[in-house]
Amino acid sequence: MATAVLAVPRSVSPTWQRFREALRRHPTAIVGALVLMAMVLIAVLAPWLGTTDPLALSPVERLRSPSGEHWFGTDMLGRDVYSRVIYGSRISMTVGVAVAALSIAIGLAIGLVTGFVRWLDAVVMRVMDGLMSIPSVLLAIALMALTKASVGNVIVAITLAEVPRVVRLVRSLVLSLREQPYVEAAVAAGTNLPLILLRHILPNTVAPLLVQGTYICASAMITEALLSFIGAGTPPNVPSWGNIMAEARSMFQLAAYLIYFPGVFLSLTVLAVNLLGDGMRDALDPRLARRM
Amino acid sequence: MIVYILRRLGATLIVMAVVALFVFSLLFLTPGDPAAVIAGDVATPDDIQQIREKLGLNKPFLVQFGGWVVRLLHGDLGTSIFTNLPVTKLIAQRVQPTLSLTLLTLFVAVLVAVPIGVIAAAKAGTWTDRSVMGFSVLAFSIPVFVLAYVLISIFSIHLEWLPVQGYRQFGDGLWPWLSHLILPSIALGTVYTALIARITRAAMLDVLAQDYIRTANAKGLAPRAVLTRHALKNAGVPIITVIGIGVALLISGAIVTETVFAIPGIGRLTVDAILRRDYPIIQGVILLFSGIYVLINLLVDLSYRLFDPRIRY
Repeated sequence: MATAVLAVPRSVSPTWQRFREALRRHPTAIVGALVLMAMVLIAVLAPWLGTTDPLALSPVERLRSPSGEHWFGTDMLGRDVYSRVIYGSRISMTVGVAVAALSIAIGLAIGLVTGFVRWLDAVVMRVMDGLMSIPSVLLAIALMALTKASVGNVIVAITLAEVPRVVRLVRSLVLSLREQPYVEAAVAAGTNLPLILLRHILPNTVAPLLVQGTYICASAMITEALLSFIGAGTPPNVPSWGNIMAEARSMFQLAAYLIYFPGVFLSLTVLAVNLLGDGMRDALDPRLARRM
Repeated sequence: MIVYILRRLGATLIVMAVVALFVFSLLFLTPGDPAAVIAGDVATPDDIQQIREKLGLNKPFLVQFGGWVVRLLHGDLGTSIFTNLPVTKLIAQRVQPTLSLTLLTLFVAVLVAVPIGVIAAAKAGTWTDRSVMGFSVLAFSIPVFVLAYVLISIFSIHLEWLPVQGYRQFGDGLWPWLSHLILPSIALGTVYTALIARITRAAMLDVLAQDYIRTANAKGLAPRAVLTRHALKNAGVPIITVIGIGVALLISGAIVTETVFAIPGIGRLTVDAILRRDYPIIQGVILLFSGIYVLINLLVDLSYRLFDPRIRY
């Protein structure tokens, strides 16, 4: 009996296999991933990409069209738009990733607990319903009107608007998972609640949350730009894409490039994240793949 | 049915109460002194004290909240810090442009999106389908205001077909009114259209896989009749749901669109209020928009039976 070794090779997890297969079937997701990687590199390597100080004023050279010296031209204060746009990627990336990570973490914690502790559920979900009925941009506007403009506050404001959606998702996952036989078995075996959540529920929420996270990241980047554009976002001295476009608002007929360069960077980044998200969703949920 | 409507109304009231409590408590929950933030960097202690009194921040929380709710129930949204005018009056002056913009956008978007989604589903897997899906991903990725500027530069500056900015009252004639709303509507409605088209397609694909569709096709019903009468009607519930949920996109988008196109609506009022940190106005706008949003989604809920008589309340 000692030689009863199973002949099955160490199997690759089916989820992972499906993941790779689907990525192969979705070239757009690969394109998205590549563009996104390029954007991350741009954000990280900003100081070494031929940029100058994004805040350096040069009134003599204001509103110059794109040229060999200033690739994206200069703005109304003579600042180099190329440098500002490249450095701006750091703000967008930071906000996108931070909001996604924070809202997933908070939403996961609330959702897990409310899904299992029934008496909490009713109260928490009413609060979440209330928060969700405030359009997210308005919610962020309210917060930003009462706090000092800073990147951190923008992150908090957008996160608060996103958390209820994550709670909803996690809660619905938990409600269906807790009916699964293996969870019932764990309950019957006397496993305590934290361990059930950690061992049996949490791992099953990873895939949907990963997908949700990419969408949150994309929408957070758009919301940040939008908030900055209407003056409720990052402080004016931060070269974020939204701010660059906000400052160019009155200048549009004179210098449309001030809007187009950051606009194209922003749209491309969001597009890349969305494509990646679509690919991951298809990969992780084959049932949905055909439909959406 | 009546019981269901009453229960839903009750739930709606609770939601609105949460919204009101939240919007009000923000003044207290935000770290730091909101009065100082609102007053700005150059304010004297006197200014700050004045704003504190105006907002009632010097009284205990419950007293303030109680008074605020009572006034709210009497239709009083408070007074603007900057202009000293009642918020309800300020909002009422701005209703027409915003209503024109959002309603026009809503109707056009639904009229465009649903057929697009149906066609995409009917031709699933073809290039038509793929371009609809491509359009929707693109639309999700381009911010409203970037799209707005692209439209202005093409249709207003280069082709000179449409006005660059501004708004005309409906009373000034149909074309002046409409011509000022075409570009804003397109800019605002693109994401909304993409969202509805995408859900329509998904819902249609679900329905088209059903047995009764095969039966309808097998008995020789015209494909068009199968698509509209058999499939679309049964795909109605998710479509109408997303039309309701998507109104949030219209509301958020209107704020930005009105800024770009210099439309003197509620969105513009909000943006001006942000710049002046006129919190009572922001509070009022949030309550109004959230109320409309909740109401629309209540109506959507109640309309499910029109599409699916099997639904019992």
